[in-house]
Amino acid sequence: MRDNQLLEMIDRYLTGEMMPQEREEFELLRQKDNSVNAKVEEHKNFTSLIKQYNERVNLETRLNAIHQEVDVHTLKDDLMAHPSWIVQMWRNHHSKISVAASVAILAVLLTLFITGDLSNKDPRFQQLKADVERVKFQQDRLGKQQQNIINTVKTGPSANAKFRGTGFAISSNGYIVTNFHVVNGGDSVYVQNDAGESFHTKVIYTDPANDLAFLQIIDTAFKNLGPIPYTFKKAKSDLGEEVYTIGYPGNDIKIAPGALTGATGFKGDTTEYELYIPVNPGNSGGPLLDNKGNIIGIINGKQTEAMGVGFAVKSNYLLKSISNIPADSLSKTLSLNTKNTMASLSRPQQIKKLRNYVFMVKVYNQ
Amino acid sequence: MNNQLNVEIPSDSEVIIGILNNSDSVLKKLYLAYFPMVLQLIINNNGDEDEAKDIYQEAIIVLYNKIKRGDFELSSKLKTYIYSVCRRLWLKRLKQLNRNAGNIKDFEEYLPVEDEMERHEERDMQINKMGEALKLLGEPCKTIMEDFYMHNRSMQDICERFGYTNADNAKTQKYKCLQRLKKLFFQQ
Repeated sequence: MRDNQLLEMIDRYLTGEMMPQEREEFELLRQKDNSVNAKVEEHKNFTSLIKQYNERVNLETRLNAIHQEVDVHTLKDDLMAHPSWIVQMWRNHHSKISVAASVAILAVLLTLFITGDLSNKDPRFQQLKADVERVKFQQDRLGKQQQNIINTVKTGPSANAKFRGTGFAISSNGYIVTNFHVVNGGDSVYVQNDAGESFHTKVIYTDPANDLAFLQIIDTAFKNLGPIPYTFKKAKSDLGEEVYTIGYPGNDIKIAPGALTGATGFKGDTTEYELYIPVNPGNSGGPLLDNKGNIIGIINGKQTEAMGVGFAVKSNYLLKSISNIPADSLSKTLSLNTKNTMASLSRPQQIKKLRNYVFMVKVYNQ
Repeated sequence: MNNQLNVEIPSDSEVIIGILNNSDSVLKKLYLAYFPMVLQLIINNNGDEDEAKDIYQEAIIVLYNKIKRGDFELSSKLKTYIYSVCRRLWLKRLKQLNRNAGNIKDFEEYLPVEDEMERHEERDMQINKMGEALKLLGEPCKTIMEDFYMHNRSMQDICERFGYTNADNAKTQKYKCLQRLKKLFFQQ
């Protein structure tokens, strides 16, 4: 049977024009021949789409006619929520406003970032904890020597310290003060004395506002340091006074002489002195002494924009901070020395006494 | 408030029976009853009155076909159903126009109509394709197809209208036209 004849039959079948007998025969053919059946279905679907299209066009025409009778404008005025002009402006222009605001915020942030005002750290101020990576070449040079020391002492961990600074004893039974920024972020802290012996310590109290941290030597190998030769000055020191500090900017102890040049520290910070002194990373936490061997401060930073300008936390803030240490943090009594045994000594002799009480603070973290 | 808002609201069963009986007056009542609700939805969500008309009419067509197929259950109110369909259509339109992030300020409760609308869209696409194919078909094929398949005229009528000398010629012509229409439809 040819395709057009079959379709003609299907049309007649679907419109119900077939005689009963013809219809019966055709239904039999449908059952027998699957391809005929599929053709019937396909044709039925296709022609029904033509009908549906017609119905939809008719319905749309009817709906449009009804719509003509609706007074849309009056309705619209009644139904529109009238937002204030500022809301309307936002609705109409919110993408533009958003872009403008983002650009402005970005520009401000970028400016702040570039000028350094964004971070708490002023780029002109440098805290003097030593990043050990930076002095690695120095360590490599001294590697063998240092390895020997570690091997003989055996109390220090073999891994390299992450940060380093200086600290000094405040009592003979093992309490040491250093800067908070030296130990901050570390999970174990060791101190190493002039002879190369390392002792494990515990941070017992921190005073971030004054950048101070207190350590206690908890190592079993530690013995009493003997009487502390220096005292802590309660009064303010005068400008122009000759001062010096002692510390570990490198792998061995170094002296830095200088003068007290200002009664306030960085950006007018009244808790600090300004100094003219050559200090470097690693000097942080070192004692600042006057000619008579009084501790007048603790080195904690330097200005990066001017050579030789350093800063130190004033000793009266150190004393205040010591008195704030909670009693239950102290397993031993912490009594400050009141007798200065260095007052009449020359500076080299003072240093000879002093060096046993100044430690390299080594901070490790995972 | 305006008079338009106080139009007579036909009962849901009145609408269903009316549509099944092809009643023009019921269709009109239905249309006038819920248009303000949809206009309110659209114009308060970044649309204008013409868009409201398009969306509303499409929703009425969806409802109309649903009732005609006999599967509108009175489990939800007509009002809620129409609102839900319009809401869904408008969200989709907004997305296409990139005008809105997908938040809509609502005025009524609504139902999930996702599945149903997907079926509707599928069918709608087919019908649109058919419309395009018929437009491209040209005369006399278009009229023959319309007369026979839309208006259910007999071949005898068609034969006389177009002055074919015998019914076989008319049948051959109809067959050719149908083949062309199919070709146009499936080419899209």
